Amino acid sequence: MPTDVEHWKDELYGTEIRAEIERFAEEGWESIPEDERDAWFERFKWFGLYHQRAGQESYFMLRIGPPSGVLKPGQFRRIVEIADEFSRGPAENPEFGNGWLDVTTRQAIQLHWIRLEDVPELFDRLEDVGLSTVQACGDSWRNIVGCPVAGKDKHEHVDAGALATELNETFKQNEAHSNLPRKWKVSVTGCDEGCGQGDINDLSFEPAEKELNGETVTGYNVRVGGGLSRNEPRFARNIDVFATPEQAVDVAGGLSALFRDHGDRENRYNARMKFLVDEWGPENVRETLQADYVDFELETAGDDLRESYSYNAGDADGKHDHVGVHEQVDGKYYVGLNVLVGRIGVNDAYEIADAAEAYASGEVRLTQRQNIILTDVPEENLDALLAEPVFEEYSPDPHPFQRGSIACTGTEFCSLSIVETKNRQVRYARWLKENVDLPDGVENFHIHLSGCTASCAQPQIADVSLRGMKTRKNGEPVEALDIGLGGGLGENPQFASWVAERIPADEVPGAIATLLENFAAARDGSESFREFVLERDDEELADLIEPEETDYDDPYMHNTKRTWYPYAEDDDLEASPAPARADGTPIPSDD
Amino acid sequence: MSIALRTLDDGAWISINDSRQVSVSDVWSLTTGAFCDCSPAYVLLEAFVDVDIDGSIVVVHAVGQCLECGTRDSIERLPVGRIVNDDFYPYDPEGVQWLVEPDGERP
Repeated sequence: MPTDVEHWKDELYGTEIRAEIERFAEEGWESIPEDERDAWFERFKWFGLYHQRAGQESYFMLRIGPPSGVLKPGQFRRIVEIADEFSRGPAENPEFGNGWLDVTTRQAIQLHWIRLEDVPELFDRLEDVGLSTVQACGDSWRNIVGCPVAGKDKHEHVDAGALATELNETFKQNEAHSNLPRKWKVSVTGCDEGCGQGDINDLSFEPAEKELNGETVTGYNVRVGGGLSRNEPRFARNIDVFATPEQAVDVAGGLSALFRDHGDRENRYNARMKFLVDEWGPENVRETLQADYVDFELETAGDDLRESYSYNAGDADGKHDHVGVHEQVDGKYYVGLNVLVGRIGVNDAYEIADAAEAYASGEVRLTQRQNIILTDVPEENLDALLAEPVFEEYSPDPHPFQRGSIACTGTEFCSLSIVETKNRQVRYARWLKENVDLPDGVENFHIHLSGCTASCAQPQIADVSLRGMKTRKNGEPVEALDIGLGGGLGENPQFASWVAERIPADEVPGAIATLLENFAAARDGSESFREFVLERDDEELADLIEPEETDYDDPYMHNTKRTWYPYAEDDDLEASPAPARADGTPIPSDD
Repeated sequence: MSIALRTLDDGAWISINDSRQVSVSDVWSLTTGAFCDCSPAYVLLEAFVDVDIDGSIVVVHAVGQCLECGTRDSIERLPVGRIVNDDFYPYDPEGVQWLVEPDGERP
């Protein structure tokens, strides 16, 4: 039997939702019929609006998805202005204040505390500079990720930016592809570093070469069915297809239509492409694509560049991210800046926008490691740019513990998360920087903290993977984390092994400290951490972790999901100011 | 008035009459033998699979993990609250619960 969500989508979905959002915005939050709220909030996702969690009713998260994370001149500033004016909550966050923007692991930006009544104005202001929230959430083509320095990168083999843009223009607001069984995540990589992270996407285009009619053609190999969620991680499977840049849009459309027609609409847990590939096998996916969804003969896969993939790969050599100063193909430079857990306060963001406009082209690009890149910096401007005070914090040369930290939204706003994440990860990074030495030569060490098995922080592909859990300590339930080790992408991607479970969150920094001490002591020469983990079984690895309390202090050990806002002075759900009218005044309950 | 029951947000919530009422991430205490051998078993609910009503009692099908022994399993019929005069009254996760047997055979 189709799910409620499928019924709601059958009734109204896609572009038609816009008019309904505008109607509700005009009439106010209270105009949404109480018995239709689940349905409307599900539909609003298609326009990038996600109702915040219980205790925060009437407030929304707004997601803006620029393909490959490319924000053209003026676009970043516009988002900052919107965050400044519209994205402020009823209470402050002790680490970040009030008013910020979050860079996500899918090269999007999320704003919180958005009021429905403001949304039409926000849509207008975003569209005015060419930005959109369309299909940023919901059951359709999500933001297309890819090389954020496409078009400027010395490592580029094929122009991934052009394909990402073409896919975006073809499949956003495209009625035939707007109602899929579940989300559809697409990645386009054009470089030899693998920064599109295609292996963890539903559909991945990866750079390849193929001999066609006596000529070497550059294009893409195609993989499908990757993803990390729900304790069922999969790497995308090779379906033995090479697509020229001209064919790639048709191949993408064919695979999206195949998923639309054959994905499971009766069980949302089983609806992702990865499960269809499990069931069918990659050969059957290819055969069905050829037989029913494209009208040309598919080529077999070409020669790929995977052996040089270094992005988020956990190996000792190669570029693991875009942080730092790097020369572009045109002789100018791009400057990759570290954004700890992806969050930028609005005042800092204004300064970054000012610097991008004063010393570079004004472009700001977003990476899948929650960082930002300023492109097109002439060599003579580099020193002046880097001397700006804001880049002490958003540094091109951060400490490895800050550089390697990723965190999802967590219980601050997210319905799914089990634990607090962003503030905790900031505190972890700070403590580790002050108290723990990395072994000689280890310059990259990735720690990803995800609040639940949805895996938005991509925990399974980090050196140290942290995943939200609970445990009991001194007789009380407390927030805890599972610890996994040794994950990474690269030529032969590997998911982390979960070797320690339910570690109280305040003992995790101590556990990481002992792990690194033991790694340094037992390491073979200059062996990378990932190699070190591969050499050992889970039992040996578990023995390397000794959770213990230290002087690290964790203020979020209580059930943060049971608060209206974990950092409020009175955080009890009963004290919530939500739901609220457009001016922020609480709406009294009927009780 | 009929009661609208559904799982929401990828199984993160039980929605009752279009209001998110029961969340994953709470720790429920279950009687011995209901989930594993721990006494009582402190079980973190990780995802809701389905929701139903048995008389006036809302029961869920969920996936959970015991915080003591680590057993991860499904829970078929966990009572999470009652409907009285169309209003939902949640049970306290920390109170020891039993599993509702089908066909009215609950203790």
